[in-house]
Amino acid sequence: MKKKSIYLDHAATTPLNPRVKKVMEPFWVDDFANPGGLYKRGREVKGKIDLAREDIAKIMNAKSEEIIFTSGGTESDNLAILGVANSLGGLAAKLKKKGHIITTKFEHHAVLEPCKFLEKNGFDVTYLDVGKEGIINPKDIENSLREDTVLVSVMYANNEIGTVQPISEIAKVIRNFRSTKHKAQNKKQIQNLKLQKNKNDLEFIDSQFGFNEKFPIFHSDACQAAGYLDLNVDKLGVDLITLNGSKIYGPKGVGLLYVRKGINLQPIMYGGGQERGKRPGTENVPGIIGLAEALKISNKQRGKEVKRITKLRDYFIGRILKEIPKTFINGHTDKRLPNNINISVMGVEGEALVLYLDEEGIACSTGSACSSKSLDPSHVIVSLGKPPEYAHGSLRFTLGRKTSKIELDYVMKVLPKIVDKLRSFSAIQE
Amino acid sequence: MSDVTNKNNKGWLYSEKVKEHFLKPKNFLKGDPKEGEFDAMGEAGSLACGDVMKVWIKIDKKTDKIKKFGWQTWGCATAIASTSAFSEMLTRNGGLKIDDALKITPHNIADYLGGIPPVKFHCSVLADQAFKKAVEEYKKKDE
Repeated sequence: MKKKSIYLDHAATTPLNPRVKKVMEPFWVDDFANPGGLYKRGREVKGKIDLAREDIAKIMNAKSEEIIFTSGGTESDNLAILGVANSLGGLAAKLKKKGHIITTKFEHHAVLEPCKFLEKNGFDVTYLDVGKEGIINPKDIENSLREDTVLVSVMYANNEIGTVQPISEIAKVIRNFRSTKHKAQNKKQIQNLKLQKNKNDLEFIDSQFGFNEKFPIFHSDACQAAGYLDLNVDKLGVDLITLNGSKIYGPKGVGLLYVRKGINLQPIMYGGGQERGKRPGTENVPGIIGLAEALKISNKQRGKEVKRITKLRDYFIGRILKEIPKTFINGHTDKRLPNNINISVMGVEGEALVLYLDEEGIACSTGSACSSKSLDPSHVIVSLGKPPEYAHGSLRFTLGRKTSKIELDYVMKVLPKIVDKLRSFSAIQE
Repeated sequence: MSDVTNKNNKGWLYSEKVKEHFLKPKNFLKGDPKEGEFDAMGEAGSLACGDVMKVWIKIDKKTDKIKKFGWQTWGCATAIASTSAFSEMLTRNGGLKIDDALKITPHNIADYLGGIPPVKFHCSVLADQAFKKAVEEYKKKDE
């Protein structure tokens, strides 16, 4: 009998959709030319990239020139955060302050680490609590905004517990803050002009009153959300948004950063000026073509797939909580991605669970310390304010397009037995 | 942890011996021990770190040998495997004498298992510590 292979780790990465693979195919060997070439072959490839960019922009309700292709989610997050920080340059020097950043305790490491780096280099960073349900309260953002806040970064949906954040409400808070700041600055400016007869010089205003009304800039990492949620940048109200291919049945190693027109972003790499100078380097042509196709497919299937997979998720959660005693769901039950199941199993450690499930042909992940390179338990589960046992005993199943009820029923055939076995010799007997 | 996987393990995360003791652990104790089943108990590890072990020992008073060793572990694969392996090291061939058993180091356990990733060493190989505590308790009772 063929050994079972059930893949339930789609938040880690998704398989490449064969249709995506097909549209990428010509760009490896036949249409290989550098899009920067002046000759026909180069121009043709350039044309294909332009089309891909337009297709993506359409889905996001953005303009083509607002899409910057990168090597993936991590690079896009770094470009967003370090790009904003680096853009302050002379202004920050004049102000003799580096600026303030607001983010959350359960962001992806691709956001947290650049923030920590900036913190070491003089920036102030506020890491917001996420509440016990894992949903950011826009009021907390409002209360943390300061005159020197330059960036707010809040993920669209969390990668471990799948909770969906109120991005458009947060955007509203930020917009209000900007316009209030703008009015106040104008008022102060007029007063000052009268007093000092200074010139109407934007930098002067900044140097007197803080960063101008473009700040704070609002960034959101939408890598996990892209397959299931609305990506309309105007509805969301974001200035920067991160997407990548590897979570939406597209290729790995390609992503994008949406950069709203008018936002000044300093690149983090320097070279030949591709991507309007924001991200130099010869374009990853097959990757870009694949990313656009993957996004088109997921955009088209979204409504139907969300319905199908939500049903499966709720069925699965229901069975786990009912059939395995002392299990708890992590994160809000409704405001979560339709494919995310994250539970804590008391008295059992996550790595042991994952490896026992692996023996049964089931692939999933855990937030236990043993599964991390740092040997720290999941910062996400810890951020929910739960005791360490919850993080160590956490198990994440993320469903995908091929996931069926039959597969989940199989998991429910073996998981309770595995939990029983591991609990039978656990040193924590509750 | 993919980056600590050794190359000779046929695609499994840890050594074959770890796999064996993890999937088919030996000498573990189901639930609470019966009255008089063991002489002493010791515990090591912490909830915060993600590994907790308890061990129980039964000593033959005449020979000073370990007659019976029971354990419980809440922890990852190497935590479970190392406790199981330790129990086997202590009880095989009629059982070790207490003094000899006390000489077993985490390194000996790791070697017995065909190696454990260094990063997992300090947090998951704790059976010897729990055992030492059990022996202390046993000696106290004996006095």
